[in-house]
Parts: sequence; C-alpha cells; structure tokens
Amino acid sequence: MNPIALGALTLVIAPILGGLLMGLDRRITARLQNRLGPPILQPFYDVGKLMGKQPVACNSFQGVAASLYLMTSVLALLMFVLGQDLLVLLFVLALGAVMLILGGFSVKSPYSQLGSQREVLQMLAYEPLLVLMVVGVYLQTGSFSANSVLALDRPLLLTMPIFLVTQTLVIGIKLHKSPFDVSASHHAHQELVRGIYTEFSGLQLALIELAHFYELVLLLGFVWFLWHTNWLVGAALALAAYFSTILMDNVTARMTWRWLVSFMWTWGIGLAVANLAAIYFMLRVPR
Amino acid sequence: MGILGKARAKSPWILHFDAGACNGCDIEVIACLTPVYDVERFGMMNIGNPKHADILLVTGTCNLRNARVLKNLYAQMPEPKAVVAIGACALSGGVFHECYNVLGGVEGIIPVDVWVPGCAPKPEAIIEGAVMAVQRMQERASGKVQPPEDESEDEHA
Repeated sequence: MNPIALGALTLVIAPILGGLLMGLDRRITARLQNRLGPPILQPFYDVGKLMGKQPVACNSFQGVAASLYLMTSVLALLMFVLGQDLLVLLFVLALGAVMLILGGFSVKSPYSQLGSQREVLQMLAYEPLLVLMVVGVYLQTGSFSANSVLALDRPLLLTMPIFLVTQTLVIGIKLHKSPFDVSASHHAHQELVRGIYTEFSGLQLALIELAHFYELVLLLGFVWFLWHTNWLVGAALALAAYFSTILMDNVTARMTWRWLVSFMWTWGIGLAVANLAAIYFMLRVPR
Repeated sequence: MGILGKARAKSPWILHFDAGACNGCDIEVIACLTPVYDVERFGMMNIGNPKHADILLVTGTCNLRNARVLKNLYAQMPEPKAVVAIGACALSGGVFHECYNVLGGVEGIIPVDVWVPGCAPKPEAIIEGAVMAVQRMQERASGKVQPPEDESEDEHA
C-alpha cells in the first residue's frame, strides 16, 4: 500500500479504534461492578465536551506539552505502521511521556508536582521492558526495523513467550490500571494520585485523551507483533492482553510505587532477560 | 443541537463540595455512584477537580469560613458550568439557619441554577437535579441564557 495513504488511514482509524476500545473498557468494568455503565461512545463524548470548554491555563507551556504529547503519540504510531526503526519509535514515545510530565511539573500546584513525580516512577517501571522487547526482535532479525519482523516466517511468540506477559504488564501500567495505578486511575478521580492531570483542563485535557487513544493502539500493535503471520491470531492476542488488564484492574487493589518499581525491575526485567538469554544461546539464527 | 452540544449533554463531570452539611446529603450524593443508581450511565463522573468539572453540587450551609473556598471552586470551573444546591441547608441554611456563623444558603455566595429540596433529598431527586443542570448548561452555552451576574458582596471573601 502507498505509505502516504497508509499513514492517512492510520491517522483516522487509530483514534476511532482506541476510543471504542476504551469505551468497551468502561462498559466491561461497569458490568464487572454490577453497574450498567456508560455508552460505548463515552470517550468520544468526553473528548468532544472537553474541546468545547472555556480555555484555562496556568502557563503557556501546558498547551505546548499537551500538543507535543499528542504529536509524539501520533508520530510513534505512524512509525510503527510504516515499518520504521523500533528503537527510535520508543525514544519518540518516551519523549512524549516526558513532555506530559514536564507539563505537570510546569505548574507549582503540589498535586501536579506529586502526580508528575509518580508518573516518572511509572516510566521507570515500564520503559526497560519495551526496550528489551525490541532487543529480542534484534537478536532474531539482526535489525531494529519493524519491517524486519514482518519478513520473519514464524511468529515471534514462539521464541519470546515471556514478552506476552511483560507487554500485558506494560499496557496495565501505561493505561493506569490496578495494581499499577500509582499515578492516575480510571476509577478514583478524586484521589491525589490523579495529580498529573489536575492542572490540565479543557482542550489540553482533550488532546491528552486523544493521545491516549493513539497510544493504546500502538501498545496493542506491539502485542499483535508477537503473531504477525496471521493477523487474526495477532489481534486475538492483543485483545486478550487488553481484557486481562481490565480484569486485573477490577480484581486487584492499588499497590505502592515502591512495589511497582521493585516488581518490574526484578520479575519483569528478570524474566525478560532470561527469555533474551535463551534466544541468544539456543535459538539464535546463524547469519 | 450540534455535535458539541450532544457531547456536552452526554458527559457532565461533577464536582461535589460539602460546605458544612450533617453528611446526610453527602451520603445520598455518593449513593448516586453506586450500582443501584449508577450515574455513570449518563456519562457523569465524580471528578473531584474544579478545572475538569461541569456541574458543581453543593451540600450544606455556607458559613464565614467556607464561603471563600466555595467562591474559589466556582471561579476555577471553566465555562459552561452549572451549580446545583442540594438539601435544605444549601437552599436556605436549614436547621443551622440561626447559627451565629451561618450565612444561609449557597445562593448568596455563588449563582445557583437548580435547587433540590429535601432533608436529605433522595438520590433520584439529586440525579434529576443534575440532569436539569445539564439542560441549563446547554442553554447557557448556546447563549439563550446569560451567565448569572455574581451579586454576592465581597465582604466574606
């Protein structure tokens, strides 16, 4: 397919898909709590409503931070779809996350400051696992490019089974799901932990929500990568990972950030490195 | 009603402020979030942050101490917004009306759009009040109704 057409299609379809998945998440969560829940289209209503609110900002950098967060999320997804370098993609994604954090830090409100600090700890927990997954791709293909994965004739999951688990954990952390919701939560809006979003309002918050839609699609795309040979199996894997984070969200309580970081740096990274070592010593394709 | 108006009607986020109630009304407000009443089916969320909120639910009487806080919260909410006064105390001061520190209802401090009487009002009444506040907010956003002038004096600020 023509890369420009593919990019344009991604720009349109990704937020629709991401928003629908988030609406489904809220609906399923409500059903698990024995409630009726909002309409599936609720995330779109929220974004539309926020766009129509009176613009209020504490400083001019907040708007820059929110728009850069959206732009980097879109760029990362485009790089993924167009088969670019996965390592650079992760750096772009991290740049966006840092922009959001800087936007939180730019306001002197203690809620915003505390929330941003907790978001940094979340980044500390999930970033290494994303990088290790790309290292796993490199060990098998000799390239960091996303296209090199598509050139493989067998699914990645057969050699990188642990990364299905770690990627599910990463989605849980990125989407602020329990027990990893140390810097924001979808259920407890009144709590201090939602601090990073405290000072963003109106259009800025709408841009951040839109960026979440793109990011969700990108994260699920990484899971889909694990079984690229049959796109239906890949999509099923991605949905399974997504719905297990929703289930996990509803049956667990929030843990502390100390637990989050130490858990991800021992079990998460430990298992991922063990998987990488197995690939390196046993399964490495001779070139 | 355009797309924006529809989105606004479908996603009213709520800020609840207890100005000094006996907690009866607050328990009923929180009850709206439970599986029995589930206000989230209308897209309502108890957001707890004035900068994100569309509807301010006030329970309890205003007194010399919290009038400033209430005014602050109202001022921090971006337009369009609406205020719902819930319970006898928020309407007029209720049983606390004659107390030395009580200023009376919410009306004297910030402009109120919807009054929900009762001691304490039922969750159904609170939900209806919030839905009416959404209509009021729509009218205000479309310019049919001007935002009420803030007539309260600054002596308590």
